[in-house]
Amino acid sequence: MATTHVAVSEIEAEQGQQRIVNDLSIQVATVNGSGSQSSNLVLLRAIFQMGIPVSGKNLFPSNIAGLPTWFTIRASKHGYIARRKEIDFLVAMNPETAEEDVRSLEPGAAVVYAEQLNLNQIRNDLTFYPVPFDKLVAPVCPDAKLRKLVRNMIYVGVLARLLGVDMAEVEKAVRKQFKKKVKAAELNFNAVLAGYDYAEKNLEKADRCWLEPMDLTAGKILIDGNSAAALGCMFAGVTVVTWYPITPSSSLCETLISYMKRYRIDPETKKATFAIVQAEDELAAIGMVIGAGWAGARAMTSTAGPGISLMSEFVGLGYYAEVPGVIFDIQRVGPSTGLPTRTAQGDIISTALLSHGDTKHILLFPCSVEECYSLAIEAFDLAEEFQTPVFVMSDLDLGMNTWMSDAFPYPEKPIARGKVLTAEDLERLGGFQRYRDVDGDGIPYRTLPGTRHPAAGYFARGSGHDERAIYSERPEVYVNNMDRLRRKFETARNRVPGPVLERDHGTAVGIIAYGTSHWAIVETLDQLKREHGIEAGYCRIRGYPFNDQVADFIGRHERVYVVEQNRDAQLAGLLRLDLSDDLVKKLRRVLHYDGLPIDARSVTDSILAQEAER
Amino acid sequence: MATTTLPSPPQKVNRIGLEVAAYKGNKTTLCAGCGHNAITERIIEACYEMGVEPYRVAKLSGIGCSSKSPAYFLRSSHGFNAVHGRMPSVATGALLANRHLLPIGVSGDGDTASIGIGQFVHLMRRNMPIIYIIEDNGCYGLTKGQFSATADLGSVLKTGVVNDLPPIDTCALAIELGATYVARSFSGDKRQLLALLEGAIAHNGTAMLDVISPCVTFNDHEGSTKSYSYVRDHDEPLEEVSFVPFFEDISVEYDPGTTTDITLHDGSHLLLKKLDSGYDPTNKGEALRALTESHDKGEVVTGLFYVETKRQNFIELLNLVEEPLATLPESRVRPPQSALDEVMAGLR
Repeated sequence: MATTHVAVSEIEAEQGQQRIVNDLSIQVATVNGSGSQSSNLVLLRAIFQMGIPVSGKNLFPSNIAGLPTWFTIRASKHGYIARRKEIDFLVAMNPETAEEDVRSLEPGAAVVYAEQLNLNQIRNDLTFYPVPFDKLVAPVCPDAKLRKLVRNMIYVGVLARLLGVDMAEVEKAVRKQFKKKVKAAELNFNAVLAGYDYAEKNLEKADRCWLEPMDLTAGKILIDGNSAAALGCMFAGVTVVTWYPITPSSSLCETLISYMKRYRIDPETKKATFAIVQAEDELAAIGMVIGAGWAGARAMTSTAGPGISLMSEFVGLGYYAEVPGVIFDIQRVGPSTGLPTRTAQGDIISTALLSHGDTKHILLFPCSVEECYSLAIEAFDLAEEFQTPVFVMSDLDLGMNTWMSDAFPYPEKPIARGKVLTAEDLERLGGFQRYRDVDGDGIPYRTLPGTRHPAAGYFARGSGHDERAIYSERPEVYVNNMDRLRRKFETARNRVPGPVLERDHGTAVGIIAYGTSHWAIVETLDQLKREHGIEAGYCRIRGYPFNDQVADFIGRHERVYVVEQNRDAQLAGLLRLDLSDDLVKKLRRVLHYDGLPIDARSVTDSILAQEAER
Repeated sequence: MATTTLPSPPQKVNRIGLEVAAYKGNKTTLCAGCGHNAITERIIEACYEMGVEPYRVAKLSGIGCSSKSPAYFLRSSHGFNAVHGRMPSVATGALLANRHLLPIGVSGDGDTASIGIGQFVHLMRRNMPIIYIIEDNGCYGLTKGQFSATADLGSVLKTGVVNDLPPIDTCALAIELGATYVARSFSGDKRQLLALLEGAIAHNGTAMLDVISPCVTFNDHEGSTKSYSYVRDHDEPLEEVSFVPFFEDISVEYDPGTTTDITLHDGSHLLLKKLDSGYDPTNKGEALRALTESHDKGEVVTGLFYVETKRQNFIELLNLVEEPLATLPESRVRPPQSALDEVMAGLR
């Protein structure tokens, strides 16, 4: 396909326009269940293989087939992989949404569309590329039943031709997508070729977007956050996994099952070094985690907001009886059922303080697929070191979308199992008291059921208990225990992963963000500097309780914008509980909560507006 | 040889050399005369006689009067008093972590048949190897006597309130759902309850025992169908239950056709001497029919309703390594660098 670039530059010369290279976003509008996910991933992968930083975001309905769905691909030579609001290239495949999709475009955008939709009648400030999809798919796919699925591959070919995607990379991506299904790969690639040929013969390039090979993705991987978290769990040595299906978390446990079957079967006995159970509901899933954690397993579950709500009572038991467990919250939009297939960071306060009474929990905030992996490993160590439930606060955008990343490093630290006394320890010590703060860090010692020593047993309970785990309602015993639990939480403050500080030079403006907002912030920092000369410091929080460095960061800045994907400024709320009044006064809010992944332009605009009002 | 130390009188010990004291727990805080205390005594006796290693036992419970009782037996075993109605999931998790534990779960009729019915049915369905005891008094004792879902139709509270809903029969439910050892007994029937508990310890799979256990404070009056006098008057044992543990070399003589001999997992035997009906406890349909008929007649039928000794339990289905998952070393739970490299290569 070496001819591509020659042909392309000829067209460009004729038009005399300025080329926009490796900086575009493509939106594909299709119908759910039409096989478009394969086409979109092929396109994404082909661009990735060209060495261009790329990201893909699937905006899908809570539906199996028939409702509209959109997929956005962003290619950026600058490495920006957050969602971009402006669309340069629309592929309109869904008659139901096509008109609105076209109307929402910025002037100058390009539209590839099914010919019969006549979209070129709607506006005259766009570039239109009509394609007779049905006519093209018939000859390459004789089986009429498969045409609906293969049809979408045609736009991959059309885009490849129009944007200059190397067809050799497209072919490689098709083969990767269909793996061992050779016939399916053949069929789909023929459809790509049909689209390419059609575009070559019939479409005249009239937009300015181009893709050209770079070398910014060498050695990198493409993976979704849930798969990355699953890998982290496996390498953390998870032994008990109990779960209940819920969007957008199901794929975490499902992927984990496939990894565990591959890598965690004992080579000699062919027996599993893990138990994975699909529970009857989230109550049972967390109950099994608590039971397994109590009995010494590295246990976990994965869920989303509604599951977290159901787990509330058990998590309080885990906190008070001091039982380790790891819970992944792949956050989606609430309240209630909310928008189950859209993204948010709306469970921060409810999870941090989950359950009745004075409870607080350790939270970790991964921003990337690499952190889904590394913080999963960290979560298991923290849960066992602190003998408490630990939450990994991912979200739908991170969990279900495909992200580019450096390859994950093999864990350096050995597994930390915390303060567990063996029969030999008990023999030496002559006994133990389950809830006694021996070391002054608030973390007591525990034994596991099945420990062969008469002094090993104790009675774990959710009711009031003394240092020997014996039922007690005495006021001073209760206070003593609750104060120790607070001490334990304070120990966690500087043990959880600290914030990542960037451009922290004590400027007037600071930004605090966490999780997937990071990718918008990276771009916002550049926009503020490039477009408005504002230098901002950036503190990305990775854990709760907040590390002391967070307060120090706020102290060094005059105004600190806390960027979140929820309506109520939830993390800022937790900061308020923690900070002195003079620091609280510095906090400002930047909130994004429409269910779409946060974008840099919205953040930049919000900060600028608040700076102007000052 | 001027003096000879007189040997102290030999302490009675069981087959693993433990005295009965090793199986006792804290002093009960339940009401004097509570049926639950009698059940506690039988659990102590059964564990002692069977020579159960206390370190292997995990005592589990939910919330309620019944759920306090694990504190009153096997002091040196680990125990977990969990949340209301959700002991089954905690027990399941504990067994997943350590398949060698012997979980003894104690629940109540409210804890099981109302708030806990969801977890109860799934525990039965999985046939987890656990002993699940319902201390069934037909009322909520700890909140002062409200009806539970096992209260019989027409049963009357002390306050005069009449129960107008039919009871949930936890035994019928357990049989229907796949539990493999299902019995009903009465806290006042020492002999039957002990034999059924010992059989439960010997069984591999879910052993579900619904033990009618009168609440002396709130449900032991005229008009109650869970009172001592009512149950004594209406108790209709299906069979005479005897238990012969695997470690006792006793051959029992019985006339052919009069007794069903069930060989349990560990080699122990349950001998069920047929009373008039000629009841077959390996027949699911017959078990369910017997329960339905007893309800219709207003009887409290007791005994072993159903037993199935061949079905795999849930842990066996999972194909786990022999050692407890909880204590597998890092080398067995963290795959090597080469595994990560292989995964990463596939993602490029």
